[in-house]
Amino acid sequence: MRTSLIRRRCLLAAMALIGAQAFAQTTSQIPKAADTPSTAVLRIVGPWEISGLEPASAGYLFARMRVTETLIDADDSGRALPGLASRWEASSDGLRWRFELRASARFHDGTSVAADHVAQMLRRAASRPGVLANAPIKLISAEAGAVVVQLNKPFAALPALLSHSSTMVLAPSSFDAKGGVARIIGSGPFRITSLDPPQRFEVSAFDRYDGALPLIQNASYLSVSRAETRALMVEAAQVEIAFGLDPASLERLRKSSRVRVESVTIPRTMILKLNAGHRWLADVRAREAISLALNRAGIARALLRDPALTANQLFPPTLAGWHVPTLPPLRMDVVRARELWSELGWQRGRDGIFERNGERLSFTLRTFPDRPELPLVVAAIQEQLRQSGVQIRVAIGNSGDIPLRHRDGSLELALAARQYGLVPDPIGTLLQDFGTKGGDWGAMHWKNGSLQTALNELSSLPPTATDAERMKLRAFIAQVLHEELPVIPVAWYRQTAAVSPRIDGMTIDPLERSYRIDRMRWASPAPRER
Amino acid sequence: MQLHPPARIGLHPFAQIGLHRLWQALLVALVVGTLTFFLLRLLPGDMAFRIAASRYGYDLVSAAAAESVRAELGLDRPMFLALLSWWRDLMQLNLGNSLVSGEPVLHELAHELGNTLQLAGVALLLSAVIGVPLGMLAGSRPGGVIDRVTLALAVLLRALPPFVLGLVLIVVFAVQVSVLPAAGHGAPSHIVLPALTLALPLAALSCRVARDAMVSVGQSAYFAFALTKGLSQRQALLRHGLRNVGVPVVAYLGVQMVVLVEGVVIVETLFAWPGIGHALVHAIFGRDVPMIQGTALAMGLLFVLFNALIDVACHTIDPRRKATS
Repeated sequence: MRTSLIRRRCLLAAMALIGAQAFAQTTSQIPKAADTPSTAVLRIVGPWEISGLEPASAGYLFARMRVTETLIDADDSGRALPGLASRWEASSDGLRWRFELRASARFHDGTSVAADHVAQMLRRAASRPGVLANAPIKLISAEAGAVVVQLNKPFAALPALLSHSSTMVLAPSSFDAKGGVARIIGSGPFRITSLDPPQRFEVSAFDRYDGALPLIQNASYLSVSRAETRALMVEAAQVEIAFGLDPASLERLRKSSRVRVESVTIPRTMILKLNAGHRWLADVRAREAISLALNRAGIARALLRDPALTANQLFPPTLAGWHVPTLPPLRMDVVRARELWSELGWQRGRDGIFERNGERLSFTLRTFPDRPELPLVVAAIQEQLRQSGVQIRVAIGNSGDIPLRHRDGSLELALAARQYGLVPDPIGTLLQDFGTKGGDWGAMHWKNGSLQTALNELSSLPPTATDAERMKLRAFIAQVLHEELPVIPVAWYRQTAAVSPRIDGMTIDPLERSYRIDRMRWASPAPRER
Repeated sequence: MQLHPPARIGLHPFAQIGLHRLWQALLVALVVGTLTFFLLRLLPGDMAFRIAASRYGYDLVSAAAAESVRAELGLDRPMFLALLSWWRDLMQLNLGNSLVSGEPVLHELAHELGNTLQLAGVALLLSAVIGVPLGMLAGSRPGGVIDRVTLALAVLLRALPPFVLGLVLIVVFAVQVSVLPAAGHGAPSHIVLPALTLALPLAALSCRVARDAMVSVGQSAYFAFALTKGLSQRQALLRHGLRNVGVPVVAYLGVQMVVLVEGVVIVETLFAWPGIGHALVHAIFGRDVPMIQGTALAMGLLFVLFNALIDVACHTIDPRRKATS
């Protein structure tokens, strides 16, 4: 009897302790729907870490949370809109650009945005790794209320580059004595209230912002590295918006009544980069044979779980003006692929892999795990190519390995996801990828004179050029890339986010420049808190 | 490996423990630091490109970015010189700056170490609160219902990988019942699920150890004597039972620390808990050498520290050790 008494007391004590602990912890739960809009916090989770305060490192996160601004903004289709620059103009020869600054713009420390400081920020950006380093800039200077950029040769994509987060303008008080970024003081509609790298930061509306004031007063960003965790967080109503969801979680969330899933196709394409200087890949028929072996529809349906992402050409439909609907779609034809290898002198060996002069038709395919779908797709490609008689060795490493092996010439095949809308106008990216020397994430040992001419012509078109002229050049470029296959398109991309019903007005920026928290509002009437 | 402190005569036992562990800590620091240095250099690929990839992201990593990283960090120095300067810095407690964020490693570690210690501490406490009473309960009636149920639960909890256990806890407590946040950091409630994920497998073992200790206490002559001389079951347990059960449980915790330090890496990643384990995973991805060295060092030293604390606890609980040492 005594033992049973002790037992009961032990059990009670244990239960009481656990219960007390749980109660103490839960009482401090995050904002309820009943909170007034001024104290409620819009919580966002994504996979991206605050890897540093430099604009070129994690600057995009501060831009997305609308803390910082760039000279130029962009709409969904990539058209330039006024940002910190209220208007801009180029000289008739296209060599001198003048960006007039928004006179009423203020940094969050109250100081006004001065032209000479903006010029200094742009010079800083141009001298560091980032998009501006690729522009033919001769001189950046300031004049009354404006910044002037002088070029060595005409470069129509300059406004697009000036909308990239690595060119953001931070207040002078953001920098320490050595010129490093010590804090983020921008000029956007939100200001940082707490910054806790590498994981989280919080923002509040900046009441002296000179544009439309946001409806949501407070927001926070949290980096959570696992996609499963992010999905569960939004499902558990612990956050309002979750970005970067894995296909399996997405399927579950689509069926859930607790969240809605928003998605938009983005100008990113999964490509098979290949070394056209490789003795077996120099012939366009070899590249075509690889392309014909790919079951793109299968990859899109089974691995990305979205048949609409089947890439039948390099540029996705969201890149208006670059996507050419009349191009014959890339198709799968394994028999034709084998014929092409035979035409090139290869014969099938006993195990089905082609051989020639005692050598097996075998390549190393590299990729990296930062985007979780890439290793999965690599496995599918390995099997699909094996069926067409090509042996693939898979090497999964760091994303830096691909540019490295591009430079030392040892790359054979690589699977990557290329963002063509890194800046709203893809011409800058295309010049990098398909320029004369090829690009780290583009062509390798591949040259095409007429494409070069078209790219150069397009990038140096005077600002007065008509849309028809642009469209003609773009269509030509798209066609050459489609026929020559310096990179082989595999799939397009869709950005998805799971959103709580407590939020209205949520849209996704296809260029991934902004979370648009300044355009969202709390749903009204606020849904009942579970 | 048995390590002996240089001197151990005529010292207070706690000072002896301290000296012994300090000596161990120095060796751990040297071995871990040197090993991580060489392992990282041996990895295939190019450091400058990897660091550039972490700094600027895969959309912006390019040969130009890598070259600027190489020049800035002096990565083309010979390995021998780099090792010498790393040892020199280590002796001055200068762990360098993170190659990715540029912040001093010591500063980042201090921040993360605090979070990890907090998580590990709560996990240990929870495991003791859950495991020990249940184990004693089970041991007070060996072969009874509680004994069998806790045995089955202990086997199940030990067999589940922490990753799966964590997801199950999130689904149950955050999504289904929605009483706790799924992940994150900031409010006190955030610690419950990660700590529970770490604590449950620990509790499973301490429950079994406590149960066995309880059984042997229950069968011992001194316990029978205590009851015979007229103490109640409760008094006998409090005065003669608890300490005797405590020694093996606490000693076993020392062995369990490996599970805890390992578990921290997975659990922190799953729950986005900004501790040492989380930092280590990201530093390895980014080839952030000073950060990897710093976090590995911190984890090694953490291990030594925990063991020292266990030694102290055992000495406190069991006075007989003072006499023998």
